[in-house]
Amino acid sequence: MSHWIAAPILIPALAGAAMLLAGERRLGLQRALGIASCAALVLSAAIAVDSSASGVVQPYFVGDWPAPFGIVLVLDRLAALMLAVAAVIALAALAAAVAGERPWDARGRFFHPLFQLQLVGLNGAFLTGDLFNLFVFFEVLLIASYCLLLHGQGEARLRAGLHYVVVNLAASALFLVGVALLYSVTGTLNLADLALRVPRVSPADAPLVRVAALLLLVVFAVKAAAFPLYLWLPRAYATAAAPVAALFALMTKVGVYAIVRVHGVVFGPDAGEAALVAAPWLAPAALATALLGVVGALAAPSLGRMTAYLTVASVGTLLIAVSAFSTATLGAALYYLLHSSLAIATLFLVTGEIAARRGAVGDRLEQGAPVGRPVALGVLFLLSAAALVGLPPLSGFVGKVMILRSTGTLPGAALMWSVILVVGLLSLIGLMRAGSIVFWKATPATQAAPPHRRLTLVPPLALVACGAALAMFAAPVQRYTDAAARQLGDRGQYAKAILGEPKAATTRPFPAGVRTNGARP
Amino acid sequence: MEILVASAIGLLAACGVYLMLRARTFAVVLGLTFFSYAVNLFIFATGRLAVGVPSLVADGATSWADPLPQALVLTAIVIGLATTGFVVELALRARDQAGTDHVDGAEPGAGEREA
Repeated sequence: MSHWIAAPILIPALAGAAMLLAGERRLGLQRALGIASCAALVLSAAIAVDSSASGVVQPYFVGDWPAPFGIVLVLDRLAALMLAVAAVIALAALAAAVAGERPWDARGRFFHPLFQLQLVGLNGAFLTGDLFNLFVFFEVLLIASYCLLLHGQGEARLRAGLHYVVVNLAASALFLVGVALLYSVTGTLNLADLALRVPRVSPADAPLVRVAALLLLVVFAVKAAAFPLYLWLPRAYATAAAPVAALFALMTKVGVYAIVRVHGVVFGPDAGEAALVAAPWLAPAALATALLGVVGALAAPSLGRMTAYLTVASVGTLLIAVSAFSTATLGAALYYLLHSSLAIATLFLVTGEIAARRGAVGDRLEQGAPVGRPVALGVLFLLSAAALVGLPPLSGFVGKVMILRSTGTLPGAALMWSVILVVGLLSLIGLMRAGSIVFWKATPATQAAPPHRRLTLVPPLALVACGAALAMFAAPVQRYTDAAARQLGDRGQYAKAILGEPKAATTRPFPAGVRTNGARP
Repeated sequence: MEILVASAIGLLAACGVYLMLRARTFAVVLGLTFFSYAVNLFIFATGRLAVGVPSLVADGATSWADPLPQALVLTAIVIGLATTGFVVELALRARDQAGTDHVDGAEPGAGEREA
């Protein structure tokens, strides 16, 4: 058991605590700590990806309590991939927040500790091996995101923040109901143990398990911003500071990740009475999410809101592939997940740069002062938009081709294909319109463009480069994502790695005098 | 006892949902609190209801209460307290800035609401 598995949680936790000890006045020290922590996370994620490449599932027993009794972290291919994309985006977002003429981190208090806390929650959610800790890490990342969303204050942000917080609190309560229901029937919350026990639930208890699965689906759909639960997202993301919005691009992916992990595995194809209970709901919701997201993007009054709606559309496309719950589509979906996280984060950062260089108009899609540094920013916008929409030869194109190929033989493929392609076309139209308004329909300059630093273009440029690398090395990445999808399907290996052999006895006492219903081993 | 606990949870949840759907932040916060009470009771009840059994393990006991839901509910209460505190502060701040406690930050029909 390697202790390094816990590093992606411990590094930001320690860095955040150190920042609080250093005091908020020492911004330079906080920045250094933040960047160092994010760089260390990139490194640890690279190690995680490499050590999971052989296909071994590595559990980490916190306090050396044996699973399923103690808290367990699990590093497998999927978790390693998610850690990697989170670390890369976090580093770029933090660099963007620190750079700039009026850096975001100086516009409010405690930006850096909150940022690290958010990373604790994200990485914890990716690594945790039990459902209740998934809830706990969700709460960690949410409470940090509430504060980050409000960072820099302003009435619009407060208003959007209230909706966001209330919706997510209600979702958290539902999460607990789902978790409790599942525990009451199976007597465990360890994901590996659940994957073994859910198929053996008696027919009498099966409806309860199905209810729990669907409640959890609702919760994850809120996080992922799937139809009809995406309404909180556009306003919140559009009003958030650009680097924060870039980091938030990951949060919708946490919802998708949880759907893959819980509904793809625990309630997956072999889950007996509760097998694929999510699929009939998820597939139409995914199609509607993609379409409504892109319609919202077309109608968006500002670039920020357009990007926020494109986030919804990309989640829809992603969920179309996920909702088939087969190994092939899951592999394609994971590639698309990497791509869309990078592309959305890039577009948010570019939007922030454009807004900072257009004077009073900001990112609103109306005629305004010419953008400072139009060539560099224009090319960046073009590249990030083309990647997001899926124009060849960028990563979006590769990802969409993979999804189209993997869904080609499924029933309802015609509908999926048309939705995915129409969504791509409409996003292209929307982004082209936005780009031409921002860059070409400028009023004659009445005053000098606001001052800016050239350095601020580096973080989005780095993310564009990552996206290009994703396209260039599409074949090895696809092999990895396909292997990750296969690994997810292998419940036996997962359970063996975590629970060991012979499997530990039941986790809960069953008092003789108390009625317990259902089959228990 | 089952009926009593079940209907208490149901009533709390119903009150919570009703209040959460109100348009004023104060009612929404109360609704969230009611709903989290309902959820906490529900988690507690998933350990099965039993009277007069040891809370954990005792010598010679033939039955005992399930300790796990107690731990879960404790965590949920702590997290719920923190988030409720946060949302109260947020609601106060929003009321202070917008001059209204409507959840949309403006009275209905008070003109353009979008930022």
